[in-house]
Amino acid sequence: MNKSGHGITISSVTKVFGGLQRPAVDNVSLTIAPGEFMTFLGPSGSGKTTMLSMIAGITSLTTGSICVDGQDISPLKPHKRNLGVVFQQYALFPHMSVAKNIAYPLQQRGMAKKDIAAKVDEALELVHLRDCADRLPRQLSGGQQQRVALARAVVYQPRALLMDEPLGALDKRLRDQLQREIARMHRELGMTFIFVTHDQHEALTLSDRIAVFNEGRIEQVGTPAELYEHPATLFVAQFLGESNTFSGPDRTGSVVVVRPERLDLHPHGSSIPPGHNSLEATVTNIVYVGNHHQVGLHFADNTQGTAMRLAGTPVPAMPGETVTVSWHPDHQAVVPDPAAAAAETEPSGQSDTPRLTQPAI
Amino acid sequence: MPSQSLSDKRLGWGLRVWVAVVAAVLLAPTLVVIPMSFSASETFQFPPHKWSWRWYEEFFSSPKWTDSLLTSVQVGLMVAVIATVLGVAAAFGLDRTRWRARGAVRSAMMAPMIVPGIVVAIAIYGVFLRWQLNGTLLGFVLAHTVLAVPFVVTSMQTSLAGYDRTMETASASLGAGWVTTFLRVTLPQVLPGIGSGLVFAFVTSLDEVVIALFLQTPDIRTMPVQMYDSITAEIDPTIGAASSLIMVATTVVLLVPLLVRRAPRRSQRS
Amino acid sequence: MTAAFTSATADKAARPSRRRTLAGWFLLPATAVLVVFFFYPLAAIVWQSFTQPSYGVGHYLALLNDGVSTTVLLRTLRTALVVSTCTLFIAYPFAYAMTKVAPRARGVLMLLVLLPFWTSVMARNYAWYLLEQRDGVIERLFSAIGFDGVVLLGTVTGVTVAMVQVMLPFMVLPLYSSMSSIDRRLLDAAVSLGASPYRALRTVYLPLSLPGVVSGCSLVFIMTLGFFVTPALLGSPQESLISQVIQTRVSSLLDFPGGGALGTVLLVVTLVLLFAVSRISRPTAGLSKVVDGA
Repeated sequence: MNKSGHGITISSVTKVFGGLQRPAVDNVSLTIAPGEFMTFLGPSGSGKTTMLSMIAGITSLTTGSICVDGQDISPLKPHKRNLGVVFQQYALFPHMSVAKNIAYPLQQRGMAKKDIAAKVDEALELVHLRDCADRLPRQLSGGQQQRVALARAVVYQPRALLMDEPLGALDKRLRDQLQREIARMHRELGMTFIFVTHDQHEALTLSDRIAVFNEGRIEQVGTPAELYEHPATLFVAQFLGESNTFSGPDRTGSVVVVRPERLDLHPHGSSIPPGHNSLEATVTNIVYVGNHHQVGLHFADNTQGTAMRLAGTPVPAMPGETVTVSWHPDHQAVVPDPAAAAAETEPSGQSDTPRLTQPAI
Repeated sequence: MPSQSLSDKRLGWGLRVWVAVVAAVLLAPTLVVIPMSFSASETFQFPPHKWSWRWYEEFFSSPKWTDSLLTSVQVGLMVAVIATVLGVAAAFGLDRTRWRARGAVRSAMMAPMIVPGIVVAIAIYGVFLRWQLNGTLLGFVLAHTVLAVPFVVTSMQTSLAGYDRTMETASASLGAGWVTTFLRVTLPQVLPGIGSGLVFAFVTSLDEVVIALFLQTPDIRTMPVQMYDSITAEIDPTIGAASSLIMVATTVVLLVPLLVRRAPRRSQRS
Repeated sequence: MTAAFTSATADKAARPSRRRTLAGWFLLPATAVLVVFFFYPLAAIVWQSFTQPSYGVGHYLALLNDGVSTTVLLRTLRTALVVSTCTLFIAYPFAYAMTKVAPRARGVLMLLVLLPFWTSVMARNYAWYLLEQRDGVIERLFSAIGFDGVVLLGTVTGVTVAMVQVMLPFMVLPLYSSMSSIDRRLLDAAVSLGASPYRALRTVYLPLSLPGVVSGCSLVFIMTLGFFVTPALLGSPQESLISQVIQTRVSSLLDFPGGGALGTVLLVVTLVLLFAVSRISRPTAGLSKVVDGA
């Protein structure tokens, strides 16, 4: 199969459904590079699925445009767009065998019978389901069905593959397995992938870049590491992984975010590494979760937090005792306080990655 | 996925027109009997040239119409009660046995719905002649009961399908005996099924004409038979009044349980 | 009795079999009534057709050779076929629309289907008599557009037209029930794979709605075969359908064995049809839909 990806440019796209106050998608712009694995991550109702279905053409745009390789596809009927779509509930045709399902898009393109057979075979090989060619979808497991759906969506070499929570209906073990297969397919096909999910682990594992959706807008776009280490907003920080948040006393309107594994714990009164920020806290509980301990913290300002200690590293305090918590300022992110932002006017355009200028505490 | 195009809720214009035409075809032809019932003419001339109430007066004063109406109502009520008792019991039986023959029994219960009416009619006519049940109220009741039982069973099965029997265990675990459990837990929940079964059985009997044509004698006939005769044997426009009355009556009888059943759902939603 | 109402354990094996037997008694009254007043009479009429006045298949040979019965049977089958086809053609888009509209509109459409179904059969046939009679509405409509003398009363066409209306609910409900179980996202999938909306409907929706089509068609076909009132009132003795012939034989000539033989033929045709489609769908299930819908 060829290894050419196509770029997708989303410009100022808005979708308003009749009868709803808030737009489902609100002025979203995004450029997806050729061959990129882009994930739309967000809670349900955040607009990520609507955005995907607008690219697929199943939902119309209210305003804005979507271009593939510079060509505006928004006026095109969905069946003329040549994009592959994988649906959450597989959407396999129940009255057709696996092979017929995969042949379907090729037939729509008027391909010769002989070529169809070869292509179908190739696609079945790609998802390791050659033995199942003549079975009906209902005779397959959920994971197999989703692999058929994947094969069907890539067999005609669409310009991009769009996936709407494709692993949502599967149990965890199958999900992990299919994640690896999807990653492999992305490597082998070199196709542009757009993947919609509400699962942060899925997003972090698979993506080249992630666009975090919230209330119809994109909160932040970046690589998994950028988003995790340098969240631009409190929403991103809290949606991706766990985080401790502290209010900055000398900078109103902002919040300091530190990941649990970045917090060091010291016996009360001992010295802290130079340059570190520090706080006093009471240990509320210690939970052993296999490869690490989770330490519940209660800070002086009555907020709760969590620190993480790798298994084998002793926790320097028992529940009820006081510890000193410290972290290096490089490991903290300062984000706007949504409460303060709401009190002001509209939130202004947020900068990419906040650089900390001074210790917050 | 919020969607448009094929999974859109809106209908295209072609489909809208089609729906309107089909709706008209379903309803309109029947509606001609209502203006017809107010005709002043002795013939079946339609549309009527002059209007009057005379066929309604005729309907309520002529013994052949009032007698047939009375017979139909009597038969209908008895059928409703008997078929409901038999059908409800049978539906419970089907619901709570796990015999291998259960499927066969269920099919047998449904058979009167599917065997051609004319065949049932001559078969019942044949044995009722021998048993001297033709021309008797009991004969009509028995024949119509056979036809009505499947409707009751079906309506009950729908009700029972949506009924969670663990509630009976729950009730028993809370200290209720079986009588209390049946009266206060089971019965209230299947009551709509029983109610619609009762209505269906009554309407089935009220509307039945083929068997009744065979079982009738000059002394006793049901209203549909009288209507049949007023087209075939005599040209009697009283059938217009009879049709209109029966249409209004069945519509009311059918709409009331429908509205009663829908009402709580609507209040839940709001 | 007690047990029948209190047992509710999921574990069948753990339940004493006595309880299940007791529940079985509930079936007895209805079964007894059906056996005595339905199955026995049916068996008797079939039996008579082979035994009276003498044992043998004489009545059936007579039906084959009298030159009329086979014609009538074929005419009946043809009429049933035409009625089912027309009903399907009319009902399919209607049922499709029912699956697409909002719940409230769907309720209205459902009511439109059910009301005529429960409206008196005699009233509906009387209505068609009025429309189809000489100088009736249909004849006048046709003469208004230049076709004189279109009197449907007393013709097979007249019977067919009325039957189509009478049978519509029996087609719409099984179709609707089958269509409403189709996942419409499959159409989105088909379109995303490059099928035009029309092709998506033809290659995905149509095949998936086939069980409803089979159920509706067989139901309408079977009911049309044995329908009596419409042919008797709107048809003619010269072009009679099988139910009219049976009625005439039994009612006027008191020829129970002969009429019974024809009835048996009708019964067998019905049962064979039922069996033939039983692997795809149960027409009785379609009928149940009619009851459930109300």
